[in-house]
Order: sequence, then structure tokens, then C-alpha cells
Amino acid sequence: MIRYALKRLLSLVISLAVASLVIFMVIEVAPGDPAAFMLGMNAQPETLAALRAELGLDVPKIERYFVWVGGLLSGDFGTSYTYRTPVSQMIGDRLWVSLPLALYALALSTIVAFPAGIYAASRRGQAGDVGVMGATQLGVAVPNFWFAMMLVLIFAINLRWFSAGGFVGWDAGVLAGLHALTLPAIALALPQAAILARVMRSALLDVLSEDFMRTARAKGLSERQALWRHGLRNALIPVLTIIGLQFSFLLAGSIIIEQVFYLPGLGRLVFQSISARDLIVVESVVMLLVFSVIIVNFIVDLAYAAVDPRLRART
Amino acid sequence: MRRNLVIGVLLSALFLMAALLSFVWTPYDHAALNIPNKLQTPNLSHLLGTDHFGRDLLSMIMVGARTSIAVAFVAVGIGMGIGVPLGLWAAARTGTLVDELIMRGNDLVFAFPSLVIAILITAIFGAGAVNAIIAIGIFNIPVFARITRGAALSLWQREFILAARVAGKNATRISVEHILPNVTNLLIVQGTIQFSLGILAEAGLSYVGLGAQPPTPSWGRMLADAQTMVSFAPHMALVPGLAIILTVLGLNLMGDGLRDYLDPRLRVARA
Repeated sequence: MIRYALKRLLSLVISLAVASLVIFMVIEVAPGDPAAFMLGMNAQPETLAALRAELGLDVPKIERYFVWVGGLLSGDFGTSYTYRTPVSQMIGDRLWVSLPLALYALALSTIVAFPAGIYAASRRGQAGDVGVMGATQLGVAVPNFWFAMMLVLIFAINLRWFSAGGFVGWDAGVLAGLHALTLPAIALALPQAAILARVMRSALLDVLSEDFMRTARAKGLSERQALWRHGLRNALIPVLTIIGLQFSFLLAGSIIIEQVFYLPGLGRLVFQSISARDLIVVESVVMLLVFSVIIVNFIVDLAYAAVDPRLRART
Repeated sequence: MRRNLVIGVLLSALFLMAALLSFVWTPYDHAALNIPNKLQTPNLSHLLGTDHFGRDLLSMIMVGARTSIAVAFVAVGIGMGIGVPLGLWAAARTGTLVDELIMRGNDLVFAFPSLVIAILITAIFGAGAVNAIIAIGIFNIPVFARITRGAALSLWQREFILAARVAGKNATRISVEHILPNVTNLLIVQGTIQFSLGILAEAGLSYVGLGAQPPTPSWGRMLADAQTMVSFAPHMALVPGLAIILTVLGLNLMGDGLRDYLDPRLRVARA
């Protein structure tokens, strides 16, 4: 297990290094000089040069890459070109919206998907199964930002249960914050819940045909007892993997959902930074998103291997 | 399960026909402003109503279908065109450095959610339909590489491949002549699914302003326009939303149906 973990850790470090290099190179070839953008068209060459020096744009690119990565490692993401505030602080502020939103959505989708998947699997081929499967087909076809608009129309504009957008901030209390994030989280959770319910159902169906399930039934457990005691536990392994993978979709998806609800999260930060050519912010947020995906997959891999020893030998 | 296939094909065909028809005929000029007729709800002269500039929504949906289909189609083409050869190559050289590099490269691309790729590309080249295609296409590459490799790996163990090797064919010829034809069904099914994901992704990118730019009509941008008016003109959001849902639903049903239809083993298993 330790050898497997070390091997995975090495490939994790390589992935992160390559990812950071790709992101840096991609952003660096972007046309448009941030300094020129900030000063406007009529800037004096001397002022431009001074600003470039101040922003650290005058050093060679290779050196800038290492400065950037070194900063990332020590938690210093650099200083925003436009806001002149530390990027780490800006990201930290926004993360308090995006991360709770993604986790809230993950919780909602799990709460909905587990019972739905279990119900469908236990009623395989019957009306209940067909109904749940039909609903999931619809769930994956609905664009979540459109669903978000419909939620706003019904629950914010007509029923006035929620506000149509904006975020009160956690200072107003945890409940008020969660209240503001509820509609966005539901919108974000819908397609993921549909996918998860399908995975849950097929994982359970796979397990139900296993020999140990027949044994469980043969020793006198009822269908329901066999399902809860033996089926569910074994079906959970693929389901947990999918939940791990969905985390990245949720983080990326929140970028769009934040636009619908005018939430001050990472997504809005990225879009503002792109239009202001604040490359260092774009660079850092993208790196953070990719970083979290790679880390989550790493943890899922390790957890998977810890549960199922067969997997350790394979890689 | 044949029912799924029929419904899926019908729905997909409906939008394909609408897109093709829009090249020669639309009820109105999709770009023509007609302010006095603005924000009409669906009626006999405007079957799906009009938007805030009085443009006919049905015409916009028809022309918008072109954008969605074109973007998704080319993106799937990029994914297949690059991903399938990579997958075949990795499978033919399994266990070697080539295989390892291709698969690790795949993992890396997978770590960039498609939206993040799109954001990166937009940050460099600016927004536009072509960049949306590239972003969605890049994301498709690992999907196709992975399923091609997986299927090809098990094929390489089969006797008929051994026979081909004994006959003196090299790995490239075996991949092209024997492996590829046997993974085609799988690729068609996955292609259908990626096509529907492409339509969703295009809509999302256009909605946040990273996709097709005006005056190119697109379903995602129609939704962005509708957002501020959703309280007094909900049909402006309902119409493009339903267009997206029905198209994606149709493609998904078609993909599921095709999988059952093309894979007789599954039919037996289900019966």
C-alpha cells in the first residue's frame, strides 16, 4: 500500500508540475500587455517601462515561471495587476462562496441520488424504476443555468421565498448564507444527482447478481436485508469514485451558476480578470481549480486502493 | 428499449431538419428587428413568440440550431480524429512509455474541466464559436482515447488478432484493419453522447459570453438575453431552454438506443 501511495504521489507531483507549466505557457502567449492595458493607449514609454518593472513583467519568462510556482508553493499568489491586492486574499474571499456552494450541491445531489438509485434498483423493470430512469434522462438533458433561471422565476420572483441573486455574506449568519446559496446549489446539483442516481442503480444491479448476494439470500436474509447489509456496501465503491469525479464538475459548473445568481465567487473573479487582462489572477484561479481536481482524484484513487487491494497491483 | 431509439432519432432529426431548413427558409428574418412587435407570447403569426427586439424566436431557434450542431459536430470530430488514433496507438504499445505518456496526458486534460479550458482559450484568443469548438474538442480527446484504448486492449487478446500477426501484419495495419472496425460501434455510441454534451457545453459557453458572438444566433446567448426579462417574458427563456433539453434528450436516447441495438449481447442480457 505504501509503495502504491508513493507511486501515485510521484505521478501527482508530475501532473501538478506539467499542469502549472501548461497554464503558465498558455497564459503567457496571450496577446495584450497588462501594463499597456492598465495605462491606456497614450501612455509614455517610460511610464510603461516603470509599471512593467513594478509588476515584474520585465524579467525573462522562465524566471517568472519559477517565481510564480515558488510563490504558489509558499501561499503567495502574487499581486493582482488591477486591484493591487494579494491574489491569495482575493481567491480566499471568493473561495468562501464557491467552495460552500460546491459542497452544498454535492450534499444535495447525494441526498437525492442515493434513495432514487436504490429505489430504482430494488424495483428493476417496474414502473418505479422506469419513472426514476426517465427523470434522470431529463435531469442530464437540462442545462443547469437554464434550470437556475426557472428556479429564480418560480421561487424568487413569483413565490418570493428566496432572493433572485447576490450573496449576503457569512457575517449575516450561517443560515442566511445557506439560504442565499440554496437555489444555486439546487441548480448545480440537478444534473449531478441524475448521473449519480444512474450510477447508484447500475452499481447496485451489478452487485445484486454477485454470488455473495445469492449466498446472503440463501442463508435466509430477506431481499431487503440482503440489499442493505451486503449490496449497498459493495455498490458504494464505484459510487464514491463518481462523487469524487463530480467535484470537478461542480467547481467548474459553479462558474456558470455564479453568473446566473450574481454570486461573488471564483467564477465571477475569473471573468472580471479576463476582461481586465489581470492574467496573474486568471492563472492562479485556473491553477487552483486544476489543482483541486488532481488532488481530489488522487485521494479517491488512494481511498479506492485502500478498500480494494486488487487495484494496488494493477498500476 | 427500441422505443428509446425511435424517440431519440425523431427528436434529433427534428432539430437537424430545422437547422438544414434554416439555410433556405425561416418564417422571418432571424436578425430583423421589429420593435413594435416585441415580447409577443407565442401566437399564430409568431409560433414561438418574439424577443425584446421583436425578432421571431422560431427563426432564431432554427438558425441557432445550426450553431449548436456545427460546434458539437466539429468538437466531436476533433475528439475522435485525435483521440481514436491515440487510443489505438496506446493499446498497440501497451506497457511502453508511449502508452504511459498518452494515458498520463489524458489524465492531465481530464483535470482541466472543459469550461476551464474554454476560459483559458478565451483569455488568449478572445471569445468566439471557433474557440468554443476548440475548447470542447480538446476535452473530447481523452474521452475517445480512453474508450478506444480500453476496447482495443481486450481485442488485442483475441485469436483473430493473433492470426493477423502470424500473417505478418504489423501493429499499425492490425490497428487500422482489425481493431478499428471492431470499436466502431462503441465510438458511434460515445460520439452521440459527446455530441449531446457538446450542445450543452456550447450553450453554457455562449451563455457566459465565451461562445458564439453576435450576430451569430445561439441558444445559449438567447438564454443570456432572456435572463433579465424572465419575470415578464418567461417564454424568451422557455423556448431556447426547451430546444436545448429536447435536442440533448433526443441525442441521449438515441445513444442509449444505439448501444442496445448495436450490441446484441446487451439485448440478451436485458431480456
